[in-house]
Amino acid sequence: MSGAQTSLSFRSNAGKAVGNQKLRAAMKHAADTFGTKRIDAFAPVADVEAMRDRASAIREEVLKNLPRYVDQFVASATRAGATVHRAKDATVAKEIIRKILADRGARRIVKGKSMVSEEVDLNAHLEAAGMEVVETDLGEYIIQLEGEAPSHIIVPAIHKDRRQVGKLFSERLGVPYSDDPQVLTRTARKVLREKFLSADAGVSGANFAAADTGSLVLFTNEGNGRMVTTVPPLHVAILSIEKMIPSLADFPDFIRLLPRSATGQTITSYVSVITGPRKPGDATGAKELHIVLLDNGRTEILGGESRDILKCIRCGACMNVCPVYRTVGGHAYGWTYPGPMGLILTTLLTGMAKSHPVVDASTLCGACVDVCPVRVPLVDIILQLRRRKVREGFSDPKEKAGMALFGKVAASPALFALGQRLAGRFWPVVRVLGGKDVAGRMPAPAKTPFRRKAP
Amino acid sequence: MRAQLFGTCLVDSFFPEVGEATVKLLRRFGVTVTFPKGQTCCGQPAYNVGYQAEARSVAGHFLSVFRGEDPIVTPSGSCAAMVKHHYPALFRDDPKMRAAAEQAAGRVFELSQFLVQVLRAHEKGFPGKGKVTYHSSCHLTRALGVLEEPLILLQSLRGAEFVPLPDAALCCGFGGMFMAKLPEISCALAEEKADSIVATGADTVTGCDAGCLMNISDAMKKRGSPVRVAHLASLLAEGI
Repeated sequence: MSGAQTSLSFRSNAGKAVGNQKLRAAMKHAADTFGTKRIDAFAPVADVEAMRDRASAIREEVLKNLPRYVDQFVASATRAGATVHRAKDATVAKEIIRKILADRGARRIVKGKSMVSEEVDLNAHLEAAGMEVVETDLGEYIIQLEGEAPSHIIVPAIHKDRRQVGKLFSERLGVPYSDDPQVLTRTARKVLREKFLSADAGVSGANFAAADTGSLVLFTNEGNGRMVTTVPPLHVAILSIEKMIPSLADFPDFIRLLPRSATGQTITSYVSVITGPRKPGDATGAKELHIVLLDNGRTEILGGESRDILKCIRCGACMNVCPVYRTVGGHAYGWTYPGPMGLILTTLLTGMAKSHPVVDASTLCGACVDVCPVRVPLVDIILQLRRRKVREGFSDPKEKAGMALFGKVAASPALFALGQRLAGRFWPVVRVLGGKDVAGRMPAPAKTPFRRKAP
Repeated sequence: MRAQLFGTCLVDSFFPEVGEATVKLLRRFGVTVTFPKGQTCCGQPAYNVGYQAEARSVAGHFLSVFRGEDPIVTPSGSCAAMVKHHYPALFRDDPKMRAAAEQAAGRVFELSQFLVQVLRAHEKGFPGKGKVTYHSSCHLTRALGVLEEPLILLQSLRGAEFVPLPDAALCCGFGGMFMAKLPEISCALAEEKADSIVATGADTVTGCDAGCLMNISDAMKKRGSPVRVAHLASLLAEGI
């Protein structure tokens, strides 16, 4: 995450986003495109629901026995020749990685797309140590040039249109302006190719980790992921502990579900399975592989009522269909993860005190639950978090008083009828007190409530 | 047949004509309608923002008012879903109240659901007119699973032309307390919904939830649109 967390100002962030017509248009276009592509990609698949059930069950099994799978992964990966490090929090993880790189004299780092690295704000830490860090996923590269954070977990520059990218490239890379995506991609490719070939180390994330073989699995489209993990002599992977899958044999369902849910592809251009560093006789691969397993609060989440969010496989489908996300984009949420899964993770990982306004960022429409490939009960968890917000005293005092009144009035027919009469008589006042944004959008109460005409 | 009508707080206070239309429809199909005295609200305003104790107090009141075995019929998908799914969860740890909640959950129907599944009202059909489009509200479809019933009823409107609404399943931005807590987003979503409605060329937009229709209606009014926003109960009842 570049910059400080701004989740506490969610409402004003969102208000600004709503007024930004360019952003709105880009978001609507992108979300609609991914939404439609997802539906089309699943259409010919006969057993989607059964597949979702199986994938959900596998994720559930992992959560039930997470410490065991993590231990098994550590043993298997170590056997395969990797060095595994366990980091309890972001500070520890960043420092482990800096040290690995510094000890080997690495100065130029190429990075594959990794939301966990965003979560711990890795780039800033490495740059502060004098290293050059280059994002090589095209979307990540764009926002790195712009000095922004990702606004989507799969499509980090989803909020930008090609004209904005054209302007950015001509300003920052000194190339002639073009908004032709092919020309822009070629420009990035040329710059990045140099970076890959001269890099001392590659840093990547991983989509899954197979406990039985100690393998990392990466789904990528641009080929940069494969370059990052195989061209430089040193590869450091950072992933969070819940990315475990019991066995490589469990992958078929996830291979079918993840790309379809994420980008509407039947499969990504590349699916990389990395088991240990390069061995004698291997054609490719980093000579040295380090794997950093990040906890950063996940073990605590696992013991709590909202633990099902750890089933999430980071496809981003929930944000593409979320009416709130589609309207305000990812930056409004103020931290690494946006949308329904994001507001949940933000609250659980950074704490209610730093994030509570984002738990309001849902209409509870349930569109996210419809598309989640592993059946995370997102709406139920959002409701749990709202209850926690109230319990822990982070709700607005006026709202709290209003709700206490509501609880009494709506449980008493006499008070309720009185309330109706008062609201009716003093509606002009209520309208002003309630504000044009709220009461101003409601009609005046009926002169005669239905209860007085009912059978 | 008898049925208990749950008017809902919104219909009771703001849209009594929807309540009257509901009564008219049910009676037309031979139902003896009772309106359990003392009814107020289902408790969603508190429940949806996390006020569990307040929601429980209102839900407990609902359960004390709606007793007996008759089906509970309500012209709101959202309130029906609250009773059906969230009441049993609210009283999870209270065996006595939980039994009452489950009993109520087992006999609650959203109006279109009751008209089609129980009364088979669509078989007779309804007189209708004009060009009608339909917004499928989120809790009605996703929480209650009522997708087809409103469409079946709309198809049975003789003389009316039904035009599907693009992105009908996209939330209108009402969301109960959401409209008050994040009005900027709520209005933006209602505007988007209004755009889709206007694009259909329909002269009437209908739906099964007064909250959503209120939000849509405000967006239509702001743009001075002549499109009529009418609850499905009103639309069906006006011809009979």
